[in-house]
Amino acid sequence: MALFARRPVAPLEYTRKTWMRLWVGATLVFLYAPLLVLMVFSFNDSKRNVAWKGFTLKYYEKALNNDTLVEALVNSLTIAALATVVSVILGALAGVMLWRFRFPLKGAVEGVMSLPIIVPEICMGVAMLIFFAKVDWPTDLPWPLNLSAITIAHITFCFPFVAMVVRSRMASFNREQEEAAKDLGASEWATFRDILLPHMKPGLVAGALLAFTLSLDDFVITFFTSGPDTITFPVKVYSMVRFSVTPEVNAASTILILLTIALTAVALKLQGVKGIAETH
Amino acid sequence: MSEADPIIQIRGVTKRFGKHTAVDNVSLDIKSGEFFVLLGPSGCGKTTLLRMIAGFELPTEGQILIDGQDMAGIPPNKRPVNMVFQSYAVFPHMSVAENVGYGLKIAGVGRAERDERVREALQLVSLGGFEDRKPDQMSGGQRQRVALARSLVMRPKVLLLDEPLSALDAKLRAQMQFELSDLQDKVGITFVTVTHDQDEALSMASRIAVMNKGDIAQLASPSDLYEYPANRFVADFVGSVNVFEGKLTLDEPDRAAVECPGLGKVYLNHGVTGPHGADVWIALRPEKIYLHVPGEGKAIRAAGQDAPEDHNLARGVIKGMSYLGDITLYEIKLDNGAMIRVSRPNLSRHDQEHFTWDDRVSMHWRADSPVVLLG
Amino acid sequence: MSLQDWKQHRRPFAAIASAPLFWLVLFFLVPMGIVWLYSFGQNSGPADIAITGTLDNYKRATEWLYLSIFGKSLAVAALVTLICLIIGFPVAMAITFAAEKWRPWLLLAIMLPFWTNLLIRTYALMMLMGSNGYANRGLGALWDGASWLKTLVGLQPLEAWAPVPLLYNNFAVVLGLVYVHLPFMVLPLYSALDRLDKSLIEASLDLGAGHFRTLTKIVVPLAGPGIAAGVMITLIPALGAYLTPDLMGGTDSQMIANVIERQFKRANDWPFGAALSFLLIYAMFILVAIQSLRGDRKKEAR
Repeated sequence: MALFARRPVAPLEYTRKTWMRLWVGATLVFLYAPLLVLMVFSFNDSKRNVAWKGFTLKYYEKALNNDTLVEALVNSLTIAALATVVSVILGALAGVMLWRFRFPLKGAVEGVMSLPIIVPEICMGVAMLIFFAKVDWPTDLPWPLNLSAITIAHITFCFPFVAMVVRSRMASFNREQEEAAKDLGASEWATFRDILLPHMKPGLVAGALLAFTLSLDDFVITFFTSGPDTITFPVKVYSMVRFSVTPEVNAASTILILLTIALTAVALKLQGVKGIAETH
Repeated sequence: MSEADPIIQIRGVTKRFGKHTAVDNVSLDIKSGEFFVLLGPSGCGKTTLLRMIAGFELPTEGQILIDGQDMAGIPPNKRPVNMVFQSYAVFPHMSVAENVGYGLKIAGVGRAERDERVREALQLVSLGGFEDRKPDQMSGGQRQRVALARSLVMRPKVLLLDEPLSALDAKLRAQMQFELSDLQDKVGITFVTVTHDQDEALSMASRIAVMNKGDIAQLASPSDLYEYPANRFVADFVGSVNVFEGKLTLDEPDRAAVECPGLGKVYLNHGVTGPHGADVWIALRPEKIYLHVPGEGKAIRAAGQDAPEDHNLARGVIKGMSYLGDITLYEIKLDNGAMIRVSRPNLSRHDQEHFTWDDRVSMHWRADSPVVLLG
Repeated sequence: MSLQDWKQHRRPFAAIASAPLFWLVLFFLVPMGIVWLYSFGQNSGPADIAITGTLDNYKRATEWLYLSIFGKSLAVAALVTLICLIIGFPVAMAITFAAEKWRPWLLLAIMLPFWTNLLIRTYALMMLMGSNGYANRGLGALWDGASWLKTLVGLQPLEAWAPVPLLYNNFAVVLGLVYVHLPFMVLPLYSALDRLDKSLIEASLDLGAGHFRTLTKIVVPLAGPGIAAGVMITLIPALGAYLTPDLMGGTDSQMIANVIERQFKRANDWPFGAALSFLLIYAMFILVAIQSLRGDRKKEAR
């Protein structure tokens, strides 16, 4: 007790109980220690990730001079950006549709809309593989059109997430605001632009961040959809990990982790720490 | 233990949340069998004080004794008090009987006795026959009765009630005020209630502690609180009041006078024991001011003869009135520019038509009506 | 506020609904439909599949080999879920009752790994668990410490520490899945606990119950739907996990997703792979149906 508590612990202050703190601390160590070790060893001047031999940036240099790795990273970011834009549009429309209208088979549409979320990735990947093979989707297109199959697959599993976020955001919308705008003379379009859209915005931002991370994160579906010449970052890292564990992978991974942290920081700036906590 | 022994003793209790002091060095005794009310605006520390008695918050400084025993280090589940929560906190996944029997079950009371006591407790709060209902099939008022029964069945030494009536509608609230007083009479348990509603406090309490910014502003019986407020905060918070600044010009054992630039000369038929020439405030309740057509006033007051010629008199013009059914409230602009509120009972159906907007009126009040406040 | 009927607002409805519905049908339902049809087909040439309506693929899926892999996948997923629940529940409790200013940061700390690339996290864990990794070294240090303690009380020292194989076995798969899925469990648990009226807990304590009794009689029953959601959110992806068993598992720790992958990438038996895929999807449906049935019954009971 004396370790942390300066004043006595009140009954509901579970977080101030020592065993609780140790538990949370141990969990955070479990979650973060592997990532931290990975990042630290990306600067290690040794081929093996075992003992610290001194600081170096040479694996970063190596990673950045590895053309296929850089290409894979550029591909991944391009796919994520495209998939995010389309997913936010489709997701916003779908979210508004489900929030706003009553229509036949609504329950079924809602169910199908949630399927891409619950169907295992491997099954989606298989379906995409078979689909693009069946329709003979061209694989030899110039960049960035060669990424179209992967992008389409990513949009398919990202936009239902955006729809979910937007819909739950819209649930807190007071429809009287809309009526008030119309009462004051606003047209349908002006009402949408001035009243609905501003309310939807936090949902759109959260949805966009979610779509971007999901797309950047995806390995399985991409693994099945990518042609022989189109490679994404996770697919590239996968083959590197499969064949050898080298500090180069550490360096590449560290770059992506830093990218994730930067994205989180952007989200923090846009929504505030409370906003993030609420939207997820 | 005699009736007058304090069941709860609060000794120099302070509670700080970070830099904010919620309760500031409060000491008070609550007597056995009292209906004690902690009254104050939101954020005054009354709920924190109640929760410290229950054991959910721990005092930063000071000591709380229940039935002579120091409560430091004793968790809520070992204290001889029970609480009725503001949200009632009726367990939604349990039936009414399971809710009321929960504490007894934990205390290891046998099935037969438990059922009997649950039945009695429900009878006590007029919920006999509701044993098998689920809380979500009940109204807010009924859920509150369940919460009451659940606490009373434990036969606590003290029952703590946190804003017990705030979630009820006005009619039900008035009814529950009577029922709670009645219940307390019946079971003889000490009740400690927190409320921000002065009507509730005045109608139920045997004693009231008015709290302000973590401090006790006044501790008195309801009628004393209303008729003899100790300071401007209490005068203003409990009931409606006109307050005027003034100077004490006369102070003898059986009479006193105050010069108020706003109101005129105020005469009192008792002493106030304040320093001569001191800055004081006069508090005058709207219902204690007589309203009449100019000229008529002197004649009426002459019969009373309780103040010198030019004291306790004012004139003005009605600038606003609101008809409230039982009374009519007038806003009157005095000749020297100050505003004063006067209420008048509507003793007959068309009483309110005597006075209307822009009428010139004169006012007087009895020499025992004004209260002199030193702070 | 009631919903608008699409018939009275045909044009706005069409403008809003057509694009997402079109996408969903063309790029989700159609591909899934093709998979479903393929599961009733057979290879008729090196690159041709004839849909003959045969049930052979499903028959083959009921062979002991595949049934046992299905069973094992389910067992691993269930174990992972249980471990996540045991670790995650106190964490969710701690976040719920943390001070106002700490709560969002704690949540962020749980969510940040969840946003980090799955592959990278798996790789990071593998690095620690290699035979020369830090996990093994830590265990070695503990072993040596124990050995030293034994000599201290005059007993024979323990044998010299030999690194234990932490990777490429079933243990590694379970640990890896727990590592990856823990945030999935904590977040729904937290949101369920956060919604819980704190005065219910106080009322229970006030009526004489201790913390443990309050937990089992009040908190767990009331957070039930949130616990169920957390279980589902962990169980479903764990059941379909591909990457973790692929990278961290040994030859005997293949899960169903790895078998499916093999049909497409190596064995080139698409119809069989399609049948296995749909069996996995049906398993998901059953899990989701069980959960929603429980939810419905709760609603009816009210």
